[in-house]
Amino acid sequence: MSNTMKTVAIAGAVAAAMTAQITTVEAAAKEKCYGVSLAGANDCAAGPGTTCAGTSTVDYQGNAWTLVDAGTCADIDLPDMADGTPRQGSLEELDRDLPA
Amino acid sequence: MLDNSPRYDHLPAAPGVGYKPQHFAELRADPGPVKWIEVHAENYMGDGGRPLAQLRALSEQFAVSVHGVGLSIGGEGALDAEHLARLKKLVGWAQPASFSEHLAWSTHGAEFLNDLLPLPYTNATLTRVAEHINQVQSTLGCQMLLENPSSYLAFAESTWSETEFLTELVKRTGCGLLLDVNNVFISATNLGLSARAYIEAFPLHAVGEIHVGGHDEETDDHGAPLLIDSHGKPVVDPVWALLDITLAKSGARPVLVEWDTDVPDWPTLRSEAERAARALSPVQ
Amino acid sequence: MTVSQTTFRSALLDPSEAVPEGLRDGADAPAGRRFSVYRNNVVVSLTEALQVAFPLVYKLLGGQTFAKLAAVYVREHPPSAPLMMHYGDALPDFLEQFKPLAHIGYLPDCARLDLALRASYHAADAPALAAEELQCAPKVLLEKTFALAPSTRILRSRWPLHDIWRVNFEADAPKSRAVAQDVLITRPEFDPAPHLLPSGAATWLEGLASGQTFGTAHDAAVADFADFDLAQALTLALQTRALTDDKTKDH
Repeated sequence: MSNTMKTVAIAGAVAAAMTAQITTVEAAAKEKCYGVSLAGANDCAAGPGTTCAGTSTVDYQGNAWTLVDAGTCADIDLPDMADGTPRQGSLEELDRDLPA
Repeated sequence: MLDNSPRYDHLPAAPGVGYKPQHFAELRADPGPVKWIEVHAENYMGDGGRPLAQLRALSEQFAVSVHGVGLSIGGEGALDAEHLARLKKLVGWAQPASFSEHLAWSTHGAEFLNDLLPLPYTNATLTRVAEHINQVQSTLGCQMLLENPSSYLAFAESTWSETEFLTELVKRTGCGLLLDVNNVFISATNLGLSARAYIEAFPLHAVGEIHVGGHDEETDDHGAPLLIDSHGKPVVDPVWALLDITLAKSGARPVLVEWDTDVPDWPTLRSEAERAARALSPVQ
Repeated sequence: MTVSQTTFRSALLDPSEAVPEGLRDGADAPAGRRFSVYRNNVVVSLTEALQVAFPLVYKLLGGQTFAKLAAVYVREHPPSAPLMMHYGDALPDFLEQFKPLAHIGYLPDCARLDLALRASYHAADAPALAAEELQCAPKVLLEKTFALAPSTRILRSRWPLHDIWRVNFEADAPKSRAVAQDVLITRPEFDPAPHLLPSGAATWLEGLASGQTFGTAHDAAVADFADFDLAQALTLALQTRALTDDKTKDH
C-alpha cells in the first residue's frame, strides 16, 4: 500500500469509527453507576474480600483427588480445533489420584 | 475549592455498621441510627474502580473507621513494609476517624494465611507487639486501636492474662483499644472464664470503639461449648447484656455491628443497629 | 513448651501433623479439635476466596471439583500478600501443570480471563480518549501515540475463550465455535466486560500499548493479519473505552 493509499484508508476508517462511536456515547453514559453492579455477569468481578470472621464449616482434611460432579465444561462440546488441538473430554476422565 | 464534606477526628458515640457493598444504596438512603461505617482496609487498596468510588461517596455522609485485617501485628517477623505503605496511602486519602487492627498474626514469611491467629501472652510477645504498634502509629501519624481476639485455645507458655497484656500495651505505646464484646463472650465461654470479670478487668478508659457480632455454637472433643466467631448471625442476648454492662461502666462509645458472612438485607442489619442504639440511649 | 509461629503454621496447613503440644483448652488439656477451628478458617476462607475470584473456572468445573482443586492450590500457593482481591494469580500456570485437569485444555485461559476481569475491576480510573484526539489530519494522526486505559486487558487464546465465557454467563449464547479467539477486557465505568477482538486487533492494541505510533501499530497489524480492519478495531476500542486520554502515558 502506498503512503497516500494508507492515509486515505486510515482516514476512512477513523471517520467510520467516529460515526459508530457517536451513536453509543449516550447509551454508555447510562451505565455510570458507582452503586450497584450491573445485573448479572459481573457481580463477582470484585473478587474476594477480606474477613475477620471464622467459620464453622469443616473442610480442611486431605487433598485426595476423586471423581466428583461435572460443571458446565461437560456441556461445552467443541469439535477439534482448527489447529489440530484435540477436543477435550468431559470430567469423567477425572477419576485418578493426584501424583504423589 | 470548598470541601463541604464533614471530617471526623473521632468516631461518634453512636451505632455503626460494617459496610458491605450490597448495602450501598439503602444505607445512604435509609441509614436509621447509623452514624458511621467501618471498612476493611485491605478491600480499599486497589488502584481505582467501584470500591474507592463508593468509599469516597460514603465518607461524605458517614464517619469512617478503617479496620485492618492483614497487618499481622503479632507476627514474629518484621511488619510488612509494603503493606504499611499501602495503609499509609489509604489513611492519607480516606482520612478516617479511626484506624484499628487486631491482636493476632496472619503472615508467616512470605505467606498470608487469611486468618487471625492467636498469640501467647509472654514478655517476648509484649515487646514485639509494642514495637509493631509504635511503628504503625509513627508511620500513620495517629493513634491506633487494638482489638482483643476471639480465642479457641490457650498457650501453655502464657504468663499474662489478656486484660493485663492489653493494659500493659496501652501503657507502653499509648494505643487505644477496640473492645469486641462478642469476642469476650466467645473467649470466656471457650476457655471457661468469666466474661463479666474480663470486662471488670479491662482498661475501659482506653476503649475507642466497641464491636458486637454473631457467632456459631459448636462443641470440643469433650462436649464443652466451642463458640466460633462467624459474624454470620444476629447478636445473641447474652452479648447484648454484656454490652449493657460495659457501657454502664465505660459510658457511651461508638458501637459497631459486624455481620460478615451470610450478610442479611439492609433492614435486618439496620434493626441490629437500632438495637445498639437502644443499648446506648441510657448512657448518652 | 513454646509454640513458634513456624510450628503453628506447619500444623495449620498439614492436617496429618499433630496439634502442637503447647496449645491447651481452658482446663489445660490438649487443644485437640479446637486447633481445627484455625485449620478450617484458613482452608475454607481461601477456598471461598478462589470460588469468588474464578467464577468461570468454578462454573466449568462444578462446586465439588473446584473445591478439590482449591484444596490442593491453597496449600501450594497461599496468598503472598494480604490483598485478597489479587489472590489466585498463580492459578493459570498451576492449571497448566495440573495433570488431573490437563485434558480440559482451555481451563488455564479461562482462569486468565477471570483474573483479567478482576484486575480490570480494581485498576486505576482514567478518562476515556476524547474523540477530538482522532480528528486531525491523517498525517498527524499517523504519528500520534495513544495509551490503553489502566483497566484494559488483552488476552490471546488458542481456544474460543470469548464463546466459552458467553456460554457460561449469557442467556441464549450460541454454541462455542472451534476457533482461536482474542479477548479485550475493558471497564467503561465500574463494570468490566469481555469483548471479542477481530483479527489483528490484539496486535494493533498491543502495539499502541507499547508506545508505537498509530501508523506503526496499524502497519504491524496489517503485516501479520491481511484481513485486519482498522475501522472495526477502532470502533470497538472507542465504544468500549479501551483507550485513555492520559497524556502522561503518551511518551
